[in-house]
Amino acid sequence: MNKVRMFDLKALIASAVVFAILQGLMAAEIIGPFWELNLVLICINIILASSLNMINGFTGQFSIGHAGFLAVGAYMGAVMTVKLGFSFPLAIIAGTIAAGILGFLIGLPTLRLDGDYLAIATLGLGEIIRICILNIEYVGGASGLMGIPRMTNFVITFWLMIAVLFFIKNFKNSAHGRACLAIRENEIAADTMGIDTTKYKVMAFTLGASFAGTAGVLFSHYFFIAHPASFTFMRSFDILTMVVLGGPGSLTGSITGAILLTFISAALADFPEWRMIIYSLAMIILMLYRPQGLFGNKELSEKVFSSLKGGKNNG
Amino acid sequence: MGDKKRLLDLRDVSIVFGGLRAVSNFTMHIDEGELVGLIGPNGAGKTTAFNMITGVYVPTEGEIYFDGKLINGKKSYQVTQMGMARTFQNIRLFSELSVLDNVKIANNMHIDYSLPHAIFRVNKYFDEEKKVTEQGMELLKLFHLDKHAHDMAKNLPYGAQRRLEIARALATKPQLLLLDEPAAGMNPQETKELMEMIKWLRDNFKISILLIEHDMSLVMGVCERLYVLEYGMCIATGTPAEIKKNKRVIKAYLGGEV
Amino acid sequence: MESGFLHQLVQQLINGISLGSIYALIALGYTMIYGILKLINFAHGDIYMLGAYIGFVCTSILKLSFLPALIVSMIGAALAGMVIERVAYRPMRNAPRIAILITAIGVSFFLENVMILFASPQPRTFPAVFTATVYHVGAWVVNSQQIVILVSALVLMVALTYIVNQTRAGKAMRAVSFDADAARLMGIDIDSTISMTFALGSALAAAGGVLVGIYYNSIDPLMGMVPGIKAFVAAVLGGIGIIPGAMLGGIILGVVEALVSGFISSTFRDAAAFAILIIILLFKPQGLMGKNIREKV
Repeated sequence: MNKVRMFDLKALIASAVVFAILQGLMAAEIIGPFWELNLVLICINIILASSLNMINGFTGQFSIGHAGFLAVGAYMGAVMTVKLGFSFPLAIIAGTIAAGILGFLIGLPTLRLDGDYLAIATLGLGEIIRICILNIEYVGGASGLMGIPRMTNFVITFWLMIAVLFFIKNFKNSAHGRACLAIRENEIAADTMGIDTTKYKVMAFTLGASFAGTAGVLFSHYFFIAHPASFTFMRSFDILTMVVLGGPGSLTGSITGAILLTFISAALADFPEWRMIIYSLAMIILMLYRPQGLFGNKELSEKVFSSLKGGKNNG
Repeated sequence: MGDKKRLLDLRDVSIVFGGLRAVSNFTMHIDEGELVGLIGPNGAGKTTAFNMITGVYVPTEGEIYFDGKLINGKKSYQVTQMGMARTFQNIRLFSELSVLDNVKIANNMHIDYSLPHAIFRVNKYFDEEKKVTEQGMELLKLFHLDKHAHDMAKNLPYGAQRRLEIARALATKPQLLLLDEPAAGMNPQETKELMEMIKWLRDNFKISILLIEHDMSLVMGVCERLYVLEYGMCIATGTPAEIKKNKRVIKAYLGGEV
Repeated sequence: MESGFLHQLVQQLINGISLGSIYALIALGYTMIYGILKLINFAHGDIYMLGAYIGFVCTSILKLSFLPALIVSMIGAALAGMVIERVAYRPMRNAPRIAILITAIGVSFFLENVMILFASPQPRTFPAVFTATVYHVGAWVVNSQQIVILVSALVLMVALTYIVNQTRAGKAMRAVSFDADAARLMGIDIDSTISMTFALGSALAAAGGVLVGIYYNSIDPLMGMVPGIKAFVAAVLGGIGIIPGAMLGGIILGVVEALVSGFISSTFRDAAAFAILIIILLFKPQGLMGKNIREKV
């Protein structure tokens, strides 16, 4: 077995251990319903942050409309189960594909824009998606789509998250992922190296949007409702913050960012009036002291390994 | 030279930027295996000509043929995929990526596995990755960069960054290599070594090279043929010996009296 | 039918222009700050909210009349803008731009939630500083608030144009936004010029906040979120970094929104703003009054 497969196996075993511990703690009721809910939320946020990282961190395309794709997944999934009576796995697939198709359609024209222009365009498109949903009576309009069965649980969410993370990790370490990194580093040079920059930008955007759709289906089937107010640009900012906090370009960074922010938010739940103030101050202070994010664009493992081995290369 | 394949062919190429003719009726060609220089004072339109050849700009008039095919209006990446590679005057490396990754990225279009292969990590993925990594390391060794393969490109010293730019361009496996002022910012000793390297590149990789320089003395030693641009117009062409004697060229460079 | 349509059209134009001049006031700050720092200052909408609250305190508690309240609110917001720049943005001048953007979002959350904490999340009724007179011009209705908004916005925009074009500080601002390094070499104090830009931009946003308070009679801590984003849309529409562009963009946005809510449905009002944004970005990303620039290779 080669070294890369060995690493994958170890990562999978580590995930299983984490899963077993968390499951055990829940069974023993050391983790109560409140923290169980937040664990599910953490997993969903990890999917969201790491999928946005494919677009923002790997490819360097500044997108802040991720909540729009989350909404599409949430509603599409709910329509599948509530209105059309399909099974939950089919709903997950449909939500993922629907968000992906929309991502493709939006990405194709808008990814010609760069920097802040793309940011503001994606923000606008995210809002347009939400306002459109708000005006569709079939899915409940402004009062939201209610009566969604709770089909999401910790087991499904955790393992879907692991699957998405493996996907993104393998993507990053492929020729396709490298093409995206090259675009982030220097788009003109990437173009000159024979890389069809539009193709890879749209690819990263479509894949990122799809996974946001997956997260959306999980989300609406955990909280019984899909409501337009859950998908405003504030939600997009939330996801973006997780990515930037962890370090754009670092997958382990996104995981850490998502865990950290969800945890802070949950831990402050008892102080509702101070919660957002502390949350926002934490954001500002972290950025002031660590503007490149916790891990920069490095992965946690590289950092740990290189510090353990004192800078020696090739582990 | 007559029986050699004509690789690059520019016919009456002009480009106009908002009324200004940056390059005007430029005709030039490069045959297989040639080492050609494009010289001229700063602002003569050399880089603009380069950018038209490599698909960054679309010529307003005229045609550009590469390997017998019309390439006007083709995008940069398409031109590169057809077998043309370039470096940049102001270095444009993938600075936050490793030196090896820089070279691997340039090899991307020759990698033969699909996204599902990579995601599910089938054997083909490993075989191809092994191949590009080996090819990349080999190339780096030729440029004495193999020791730095895992360093970030931005941490290389300046001269090594220039070498990496050339190595990266070669990783696309080109027929024609365009070098845009590769000696910029180098001291005389480094420049001399670079010129030796350019000759070696041509012989070792069996490619044609087009070299841009504004410093005439540098190209005299290496190039077989030269084109001289001034104010966007080609004022002379010929062997270095011919160019050296050309009155218009001397005037363009020294200004005023001959 | 025909005349009914025309009547409705002109009426919506009147509404649109007064709404649009408020967007323009906010957009001006966005565009100036973007021009000088290349930062989308997401907290700008909250400065506008802050301005509205200061105006509220002045009029309802201190019982000031319109003009003093407007001035106090503008000064208060200018100070707040300068403090925010000093504390949150200046230390990050050389940080990655995405990090500064996150800081701006953080500042925005902070201002909103501090206001929620101190002023409660409930909307407040802005006192009527004017006896609302309704004028009938032919068949159309114009009320005194609309006239006040229009006149104030106009005066402020003229004043800003004067400051930017004629005064030393204004020239310094233009120089820094054109080329910060060259401006520094010319002996311009970059830090104080940026500070000045934040002060001016924030003061205009605050004026917008007070005027909106008068227009809608209601203010709340989250009132800045959507107008903030829309004002940025207006700035992009006119050409980001271009001062007359922000004015034009604001007015156009206001008119389009009024027309959409008048003729289609008010629920699509916000979507219209963003749809314009997408269209302009795809077809003329440099904005209506912007010039085309491309990266040199």
